[in-house]
Amino acid sequence: MVREIEPPSVQKEFLLAALAESRRLDGRLPLEMRKVDYIFGEELGCVECRLGKTAVLAQVTATIAKPRDDRPYEGFLLINSEIGPMASSVYESGRASDDEVMITRLLEKSIRRTEAVDREALCIIAGEKVWHLRLTLHFLSDSGNLLDCAAMAGMAALRHFRKPEVEVIGDEVIIHSPDERAPVPLAIHHTPLCLTFAYYENLQPILDPIHLEATLCAGTLTLTLNAQREICVLSKAGGTPLAADEIMGVVRVGVERVREMVKHLEEELEKDKSTRVVEVR
Amino acid sequence: MSSTLVLPGEAIPLPSSSKSIILGPGIAASSSRTRTSPSDDASSSSSTPAIIATRLGVLSSAKGKEKSEQFWVEGNSKRYIPAQKDMVLGTIIARHAEGYRVDLGSAQMASLEALAFEGATKRSKPNLKVGTLVYARVSLANRDMEPEVECFDPNTGKAEGFGELKGGLMITCSLQLCRQLLTPKFPLLPTLAASIPFEIAVGLNGRVWFKAGTVSETVTLKRIVEGVDNGDIGAEKGDVEQAIKDFLA
Repeated sequence: MVREIEPPSVQKEFLLAALAESRRLDGRLPLEMRKVDYIFGEELGCVECRLGKTAVLAQVTATIAKPRDDRPYEGFLLINSEIGPMASSVYESGRASDDEVMITRLLEKSIRRTEAVDREALCIIAGEKVWHLRLTLHFLSDSGNLLDCAAMAGMAALRHFRKPEVEVIGDEVIIHSPDERAPVPLAIHHTPLCLTFAYYENLQPILDPIHLEATLCAGTLTLTLNAQREICVLSKAGGTPLAADEIMGVVRVGVERVREMVKHLEEELEKDKSTRVVEVR
Repeated sequence: MSSTLVLPGEAIPLPSSSKSIILGPGIAASSSRTRTSPSDDASSSSSTPAIIATRLGVLSSAKGKEKSEQFWVEGNSKRYIPAQKDMVLGTIIARHAEGYRVDLGSAQMASLEALAFEGATKRSKPNLKVGTLVYARVSLANRDMEPEVECFDPNTGKAEGFGELKGGLMITCSLQLCRQLLTPKFPLLPTLAASIPFEIAVGLNGRVWFKAGTVSETVTLKRIVEGVDNGDIGAEKGDVEQAIKDFLA
């Protein structure tokens, strides 16, 4: 299936009529998110994030590699986000759709370019050995707003992950297995999360659009914010033009939402930490 | 009603009585012969084709007309496979000179002839736009062939409720729920109708359309039907009544 079939016209009529009354099809308020669930895997660095029926599984793995010559102190963070037909039949494997390119770029901007992970802390021996982190995102189910879900899953996995402890004696590097010495968490500067708003003509914007809402909207706006009230990325790719005060309005809402989301993520991480034995000594 | 779980390829134990047996969806005659166990190789079943299940589900049976017995496999799936006489909800996706192409959610598009409507003649044909939702009946469904749908009863020439659906909202749900909604014993629709007046069209292709007086009532109906489908809300009267109260508030 290359192109998705348009929803019947009654859907659009109903959706707009409902939004005019500030009602959404799943009973949410216009600026309410779906319930976020984190499911932590057995391994450290494996987190599944669910946003309603949308689900993304994130997995972090680490290997040791040689750094680039011009940046001998920096480790690597590679984000692998390929959307396969498992998420929805409109995605083909091997051929990136426009949505996929958009999601990949925004994830790159929101997680890697915002320096969420301290890459200099990944250095083991300057110019010789650094940690190479790989964040793999598996898109399990698409029921709208894959990007926000992927960003949450990715950041949760990075904060959940712990790399094995290494010891440097002269030129020799000893990697201690997790049984021997407790693995150490990554140095995370901040937790940027994405928020997507959908716009309709002459109606107020809605947060976290479901699939139908996203297909019928006139444009979307994605904000990447952190709990420190900083705008990391603002992406508005096409769609209806927006006035400056409209953007400021959603940014104000977004700042509050992201703070709640980061708090919820930290609570969930804390809850998971209490159930597992990481510290050996 | 028996409750045997069958797997695809499993031989179905049919009663050996002489009355006629009707095989329904999910059951087919296998091209290979029954591999009977050595103990009953004397029976005649070794020469007849095996009757096997073609999908996972519970083997169900019912008494039909004239002492016949009907068998089918009741399972849950999400992808619709057209079958003759099924009532379905489709979206018009293209117009042709003599008909329309309709998306039923199945692997192939279906075709709808412009004359397959109540009172349609060559001079006056209905004019449906792309994106219109229609309630139709599958008139032809073969493997390897494009299915055909019609919006009238060919025996009476009347619409019988088929045709274009205006307003309202369409939702998608599992195929099993659609079949359950059509059984008179299923308590969901009578309970909903007691508190909210609405029109409904249930398609066997996993789509349900309904239209209530207000937006909030329609949203409530959608949330309850989807909740029952996910298993979040029980289909019993008390659960549904509680959900209506919560969602309408």
